[in-house]
Amino acid sequence: MASRAIGSFRRFPASKTLRCPGYICRNFAGSSALLTRTHINYGVKGDVAVVRINSPNSKPTEISKNQSEFVEVMNEIWASEIRSKGEFNQSADINMLAACKTNQEVTQISQEGQRIFEKLEKSPKPIVAAISGSCLGGGLELAISCQYRIATKDKKTVLGSPEVLLGILPGAGGTQRLPKMVGVPAAFDMMLTGRNIRADRAKKMGLVDQLVEPLGPGLKPPEERTIEYLEEVAVTFAKGLADKKISPKRDKGLVDKLTSVAMGIPFVRQQIYKKVEEKVRKQTKGLYPAPLKIIDVVKTGIEQGSDAGYLSESQKFGELAMTKESKALIGLYHGQVLCKKNKFGAPQKEVKHLAILGAGLMGAGIAQVSVDKGLKTILKDATLAGLGRGQQQVFKGLNDKVKKKALTSFERDSIFSNLTGQLDYQGFEKADMVIEAVFEDLSLKHRVLKEVEAVIPDHCVFASNTSALPINEISAVSKRPEKVIGMHYFSPVDKMQLLEIITTEKTSKDTTASAVAVGLKQGKVIIVVKDGPGFYTTRCLAPMMSEVIRILQEGVDPKKLDSLTTSFGFPVGAATLVDEVGVDVARHVAEDLGKAFGERFGGGSLDLLKQMVSKGFLGRKSGKGFYIYQEGVKSKNLNSDMDSILASLKIPPKSEVSSDEDIQYRLVTRFVNEAVMCLQEGILATPAEGDIGAVFGLGFPPCLGGPFRFVDLYGAQKIVDRLRKYEAAYGKQFTPCQLLVDHANSPNKKFYQ
Amino acid sequence: MTSILTYTFKNLPSTSKWALRFSVRPLSCSSQLRATPAAQTKSKKTLAKPNIRNVVVVDGVRTPFLLSGTSYKDLMPHDVARAALLGLLHRTSVPKEVVDYIVFGTVIQEVKTSNVAREAALGAGFSDKTPAHTVTMACISANQAMTTGVGLIASGQCDVVVAGGVELMSDVPIRHSRKMRKMLLDLNKAKTLGQRLSLLSKFRLNFLSPELPAVAEFSTSETMGHSADRLAAAFAVSRTEQDEYALRSHSLAKKAQDEGLLSDVVPFKVPGKDTVTKDNGIRPSSLEQMAKLKPAFIKPYGTVTAANSSFLTDGASAMLIMAEEKALAMGYKPKAYLRDFVYVSQDPKDQLLLGPTYATPKVLEKAGLTLNDVDAFEFHEAFSGQILANFKAMDSDWFAQNYMGRKTKVGLPPLEKFNTWGGSLSLGHPFGATGCRLVMAAANRLRKEGGQYGLVAACAAGGQGHAMIVEAYPK
Repeated sequence: MASRAIGSFRRFPASKTLRCPGYICRNFAGSSALLTRTHINYGVKGDVAVVRINSPNSKPTEISKNQSEFVEVMNEIWASEIRSKGEFNQSADINMLAACKTNQEVTQISQEGQRIFEKLEKSPKPIVAAISGSCLGGGLELAISCQYRIATKDKKTVLGSPEVLLGILPGAGGTQRLPKMVGVPAAFDMMLTGRNIRADRAKKMGLVDQLVEPLGPGLKPPEERTIEYLEEVAVTFAKGLADKKISPKRDKGLVDKLTSVAMGIPFVRQQIYKKVEEKVRKQTKGLYPAPLKIIDVVKTGIEQGSDAGYLSESQKFGELAMTKESKALIGLYHGQVLCKKNKFGAPQKEVKHLAILGAGLMGAGIAQVSVDKGLKTILKDATLAGLGRGQQQVFKGLNDKVKKKALTSFERDSIFSNLTGQLDYQGFEKADMVIEAVFEDLSLKHRVLKEVEAVIPDHCVFASNTSALPINEISAVSKRPEKVIGMHYFSPVDKMQLLEIITTEKTSKDTTASAVAVGLKQGKVIIVVKDGPGFYTTRCLAPMMSEVIRILQEGVDPKKLDSLTTSFGFPVGAATLVDEVGVDVARHVAEDLGKAFGERFGGGSLDLLKQMVSKGFLGRKSGKGFYIYQEGVKSKNLNSDMDSILASLKIPPKSEVSSDEDIQYRLVTRFVNEAVMCLQEGILATPAEGDIGAVFGLGFPPCLGGPFRFVDLYGAQKIVDRLRKYEAAYGKQFTPCQLLVDHANSPNKKFYQ
Repeated sequence: MTSILTYTFKNLPSTSKWALRFSVRPLSCSSQLRATPAAQTKSKKTLAKPNIRNVVVVDGVRTPFLLSGTSYKDLMPHDVARAALLGLLHRTSVPKEVVDYIVFGTVIQEVKTSNVAREAALGAGFSDKTPAHTVTMACISANQAMTTGVGLIASGQCDVVVAGGVELMSDVPIRHSRKMRKMLLDLNKAKTLGQRLSLLSKFRLNFLSPELPAVAEFSTSETMGHSADRLAAAFAVSRTEQDEYALRSHSLAKKAQDEGLLSDVVPFKVPGKDTVTKDNGIRPSSLEQMAKLKPAFIKPYGTVTAANSSFLTDGASAMLIMAEEKALAMGYKPKAYLRDFVYVSQDPKDQLLLGPTYATPKVLEKAGLTLNDVDAFEFHEAFSGQILANFKAMDSDWFAQNYMGRKTKVGLPPLEKFNTWGGSLSLGHPFGATGCRLVMAAANRLRKEGGQYGLVAACAAGGQGHAMIVEAYPK
């Protein structure tokens, strides 16, 4: 974490007493460096001490070791001894937690934090927190222990308690202070979802007391002057608070007053705990311990007093930090940070003009995430109707943001003007990159590649958005295969964070750097993999899907299968997933990969998918798949017409491997085995990318941290044992790959050291 | 557009005690004035260009500028504009039939008289054969009216043009909501009683909530006062500096009014009311009183208040411009030449009010002049903070290099030559009419105080700006 703070003193000539309204000015920059240095310094502005805490780290979750320096600075302020500016360097705090071996150590960190923040809260001199940039986790806990909060009203300034996303809880008094500050329901919402709250919303909630508008250019760069102005305003308020001209108490609205009255009734409180807990249980399926503990700790604080609350908070914090779930989630966080960097360096030419072929769901989705980043984008389709649909999709995406007040209508219009819809190749001579998202058909892809190469400039990159067609087959007809690359987006593009970039033997490094740069600009988490049938993501999914079909053939009801997979932690049930992906697509992929990999990808019968396709049960897009989909109807019913198909292909289940748990593990172990094989074969460069790809692209349970983290935490031996057991029943499809066996044989071998 | 501040401002008690305190300040300014060397060597003798007709201002007038909601409150915009036109006819005795064209600027349009120039001209007795049109460009609408006239004359299309502007903030069009309008329009088209009833059945009470004309920038939804406050903060202009500048404006305006220097003002007999003879927004106060006001936009810690902003104003201006040879042929002694002018525009969010900073160096370069050549600066004062922010921007090398593409700063206009007869803060700012006031003030100051070149500059909503060189007509 990083922030800046200053402290100062105020001398009253009459009484000659010293008072010191301090204020803390936090300024978190948004970069994502993991191991960063923390700077705390302070100085005096008039009679106000200004402590600046500034760290370029993106997710300051805990105050950890910064604490000691922070305490030092604050003590100096309280002791009225201002020394010269000091500078402290610290590494990120998540790493601090990782270094702890026991609950007790973590609990101790938490208690230290609690003590410091309590001191702040009870400070005799008013402390104002000035917030610019993200104020998350420990940063927020620091801010809410101050007497007053002022935040910059810009898009970068967000407040939140994202601890739950790392499988822990706000451990420095946050669980106790937040409910008092914003009310129990809002506090639960913040702590249980971990969502970021924009500054203007925070003001409405009572999380901050004043907003400062960002400034434009003046005599200094806007950002610099805005921070300075924030500081000036904060100093004014610190003085006002010290002189009692400003009251730190907020005027509560009628709704707030009613809520607090209602919260005074024990029965109402109990109902709220119950409701929240029910909702959490339903959503987490009991797989994530953190949310339940958060509820518990908040409850303890309210019902048994803050001493009990603080104690419970620190203990639960210690317990949670040691859980597998927390380690998995923190691992994912690290992986995500890694996949937000361009390890191929800056491309020679920055992509400014992008052209997208095909205005379907994918093409328009790619356009949607490009235009709002300032990329001049051409969206080309073959028909006016198709193009119109695509343009409407982009417009709707932007307009929805206007409705949510994330954009103004004017910003929407000016962003939308970055998009040009057309049916011809006009303007392609200026394109720096062309992404094709036409139908998944090799001959069609060949045709557009040739057409495009006739009109684009030499430096232009040709990227193919395909989920399974090998890139080297597509680039076979290219005049310049070094400029051809795969960019596999996931649908819906604006929601799914992952981008899988596929390089062939011939793809140049600069082409890769360019693709990664564009993906990062589009806000994607990126894994770069080698070309091969199904690349990484599709290849891992295929054997699991094959197993899904076999399980269905064995007579397991799709609904039951869905609930088995979701209760294992997958966000979408396995049968529903087939419907969402599209049965025809699944069939294509299964056929292609079946040919490429042979028996290992066998299991369920392809006939099931073939028959579904022939009956028009293509999944959600055709309204029928395993389920029936109707516009406006939320609950889905099973498609009864499937019964005859399933009956005709029924195979007898093997009782020794058909318990609920076995079914879950048959799916997961095939997935994991294939993922490890991708690493073994060099398709994947690192296990971290494998985990990120599986979780962000395929919905692998985040609580397991991805296939590789899962092997590390669950134990390679146990997984190999399971595979052997299933291998005995079904054969080669479950044969563990060599790398996995190696890990099982030497327990010290880990994917993450 | 400027803020709705009148009411707060009006509530400022104005006692004679304050007026007394005020009389002290202008002294310092006038002494500075005297100190300036009267005869300076200009870098250019005249700005006449070969093969381009010289355009001159014969004269210009304006109605008294009044706080909105006062004497003009029952009038319509074309009434005020007509008063200015009649005043111009009286002052110049120009035969109506020689006027080739009439252009007026206005901002908040009365829907019934959207071409207010035509309505006013007809009412003022101009020939019905004289075409008229209305232009709008926020606070530089009248400037646009004048430069439109300049273009018509310079290109040889016309010889005599009347340009002016009008604004009546006492009455603004308040509309029905879009839903209500839609229902009313549909009702108009409905043919049967059944259709009408079914339309009426869709009526909801919230249809009645009115739509007020926004005092906000359309692109950013930010009110101008709010933007001015941010601009002042960006340039670190303090509240005290702003209050001091506002006080200067009011004091100088008061002095100019008392000494009868505001000769462009013509009396206006308002139907049913007394004759209005002078501006009524000039209210010198004291710094102590001004310091008591609360911020009007960024609450509670902003610096822009009712006292250091221009107020909502009603008023109109009109000016007779001609080709030089025509004016001389008709026996006029023109007041000034209208020379080079520029329009600029920049980011409407963060640089909304920096027009003068951008326009000043551009017009000077175009004319081949330097800041030193200018004897009378007339800048539109939307807010104290805006003027002072422009000063700081013009005085900053950093700003010039990073935002204007210049190597060095523009330079600071000397205060003793700057808005010495008051400005929009004190005289008032009827959006559509201010441009002509600025030009006439520059022309009249050059005549009165000597000097050859005047520089007029203004900012406007939409992040636009304007500047023009006024050259004194040789006596």
